[in-house]
Amino acid sequence: MIMRHPNRRHEAVLSAVLLVLALFIGLINPGFFSAEAAFDLLRSSTVIGLFALGVLVALVAGGIDVSLPAIAAFCLYTTALFGGAFGVADHPVLALGLAGLTGAVLGTMNAFFIHQFALPPLIVTLGTASLIRGGLLAFVGTRIVTDLPESMAAFSHPAAFAGSGPGGAPVGGLVVSFLMFAMAAAGVAFLLGRTTLGRGIHALGGAPESARRMGLPIARLRFIAHGLAGFLAGLAGLAHASQMRNANPFDLVGTELTVIAAVVLGGASVAGGRGTVTGTVLGVLILVLVETGLVIVGLSSQWHKVVLGGILLLSVATTVRRVSRAAWREGMA
Amino acid sequence: MALLEIIGIRKRYDGVCALDDVSMRLEAGEVHCLAGENGSGKSTLIKTLAGVIHPDSGQILLDGRVLPPLRPPDARRLGIQVIFQESSLFPQLSVAENLAMGGARLSGFVNWRVIRRLAREALAKLEVEIDLDQPVAGLSTANKQVVAIGRALLQQTRVLIMDEPTAALTGRDVEVLFSVVRRLKESGVAILFVSHRLDEMLRISDRFSFLRGGRLVATGPAADFDHAAITRHLTGQDPSPPPPRGGPRNDDPLLRVRSLRGAIVQDASFDLAAGEIVGITGLRGAGQAELALLLSGARARTGGEVLLAGASLPNGDLPATLAAGIAYVPEDRLTEGLALDQSLAFNLASATLSSFGGWGGLVRGTDIAAHAQHWLNDLGVRAPSPKLPVRALSGGNQQRVALGKWLCTRPRVLILNGPTVGVDVGSKRAIHDRLRALASQGLAVLLISDDLTELAESCQRVLVMHQGRIADTLIGDGWNDRTLAAQLNQLR
Repeated sequence: MIMRHPNRRHEAVLSAVLLVLALFIGLINPGFFSAEAAFDLLRSSTVIGLFALGVLVALVAGGIDVSLPAIAAFCLYTTALFGGAFGVADHPVLALGLAGLTGAVLGTMNAFFIHQFALPPLIVTLGTASLIRGGLLAFVGTRIVTDLPESMAAFSHPAAFAGSGPGGAPVGGLVVSFLMFAMAAAGVAFLLGRTTLGRGIHALGGAPESARRMGLPIARLRFIAHGLAGFLAGLAGLAHASQMRNANPFDLVGTELTVIAAVVLGGASVAGGRGTVTGTVLGVLILVLVETGLVIVGLSSQWHKVVLGGILLLSVATTVRRVSRAAWREGMA
Repeated sequence: MALLEIIGIRKRYDGVCALDDVSMRLEAGEVHCLAGENGSGKSTLIKTLAGVIHPDSGQILLDGRVLPPLRPPDARRLGIQVIFQESSLFPQLSVAENLAMGGARLSGFVNWRVIRRLAREALAKLEVEIDLDQPVAGLSTANKQVVAIGRALLQQTRVLIMDEPTAALTGRDVEVLFSVVRRLKESGVAILFVSHRLDEMLRISDRFSFLRGGRLVATGPAADFDHAAITRHLTGQDPSPPPPRGGPRNDDPLLRVRSLRGAIVQDASFDLAAGEIVGITGLRGAGQAELALLLSGARARTGGEVLLAGASLPNGDLPATLAAGIAYVPEDRLTEGLALDQSLAFNLASATLSSFGGWGGLVRGTDIAAHAQHWLNDLGVRAPSPKLPVRALSGGNQQRVALGKWLCTRPRVLILNGPTVGVDVGSKRAIHDRLRALASQGLAVLLISDDLTELAESCQRVLVMHQGRIADTLIGDGWNDRTLAAQLNQLR
């Protein structure tokens, strides 16, 4: 019973950190302990959270994806511009389908380059990120769409626990996009943990050569993993646009760093093959909370970047230490 | 009727013949040893049987029926299981999941209860106990092998092929593996066993087949082959007799180690004279590797003294120690000794790179090339060009390059850790000959090894380590590899 589930231990530590952070912020600003603040926190976690699920899947499959924010920008903008032509404007589910599908197609483009030419995923997704973002601005448009189709705006409407603000307008509450995130998290957790497909993705990411020898369908696993990451990025784009109440093709630049920091903080291995949805969600919540804390304490935004970089390095370093300790134990056995 | 039969298998790579008309038979309930040096075609043959590569011509028959071209899942479904030399395990996944991984279907849901039950059954069959929830990365090498075998057995297994299963194992671990192999044999599994280690091959095998240069050169019952015959079939040459073992030296010692402490090494004291080859052995983790690290300056000592020709060596300073004349060839050439993707020439020059510095610190490429050619000839490395990456060479040639890299620092003391692990018999002999020649020119050699035959054939003295201490020193003719093996067994 000594080494039972190292993930669980890590997640327990993260939960403790989350709790301490919340208490700390609550001490400075007692208004933090309110349902409204909690819903606010969850809403702020939605976009990063969806990205994080995508990055998690890519990491577990032995890759990484820094193109997700670019994919999201592409999806949200094209859905807002052209959605009407496909009748998407009529129903949120259709908007979700179009954005998600566009993302999935772009994600499989990543998989194509990674698999077909055996290129490092970081370089491929750096390239496609630039390609997608540049292509969007060059060929699709640069005008910010302010009259967002109702089907997209619907994602920021309260789904439950809404209060009433002045004039009777709904305020706060759990928004639809958060429910989408929660369902996506449950779906990804089920896929990675409970399906043979998900275990195959773990196997591929942890030891590609072993996976090849086992005869696992490596191409299919890669396409599914990166396609799924792209799909989740499409959803993230939708959530983002609905929260902003516009579709801005220049948005979401630089989000990838925050997302990767959250996922790595959540215990996913940058070397592939390991990572959990629980850890990732905890990582996202911690990062959002840290950012909230920095705002409350009154530190300026450049400090956010310093803290973010620090968290990223620290969590990667502790992962590496965990791994080398395991190797040390093995050497002693 | 043989359980598995291959007829006239041929495979060419880029015009080089890897397998040339190879035919052999494998019976149920026999342990068949496939022996051959690196590059003899063993790996190609195994991969062919596993369905990883496809032969250009020839047939594979199971129960007398010709098999269609195989893919890995097909081979596994037919009951042909291969345990590869480089493990095919998934280090991040748990023992249970690794064991259950064999039935690689990709549709459907995972039932963890079933996985754990299957895993328990597999381990029970092998009569071993391993924590099912532990990640495989944390297991010992022997237990990793056990998991790999257990995984193969979870599917119906008729032919079990093991590529160098004992390469990373020592003493007791080999016994664990062999008892598992014998149990499988009794249950009627045909076992094809690939190994470099002659003693082990003789102990476990019923039949032998020898591959050399892609051709099957000999096959027959194990009783027909002795050490000399095996070496002859492997290399095509007769074995050279071991040199006489010298007595203890009375010269003024070159290296004096006094009460050395650090890491797990405790109070180690010994002398090493110029021209002497001294072995160090012990159970795994007894402190041999740590001793080498302390002496080479790779690790700081916490006490004691190391004197080279009377001068005390600085503590934990590898560059200074190297400059003083102590070179250390590490155990794992793949991760510690060589830059695999760099050229032979660069690797050979890398330990002495500053001596190639020309004007403004730029490296003189022509000098490096000349230097490389000199050492490749000197070490007998067969390589078409010094510009090739080291990765392209066989294990034996890689090890010679690693040796050369340190020899060109012109050391006075050479420390080697496992210099012939995973190296074919021919290269092994070349390395041993080379060490003897160097010693006769006055080099002092410290040889750390688990290979007791190697120690008995090369060393004048052997220090036996146990729990960080030097427990015994073997001198003169009163010991050989068998007495040493018995002594090590008593230490357990």
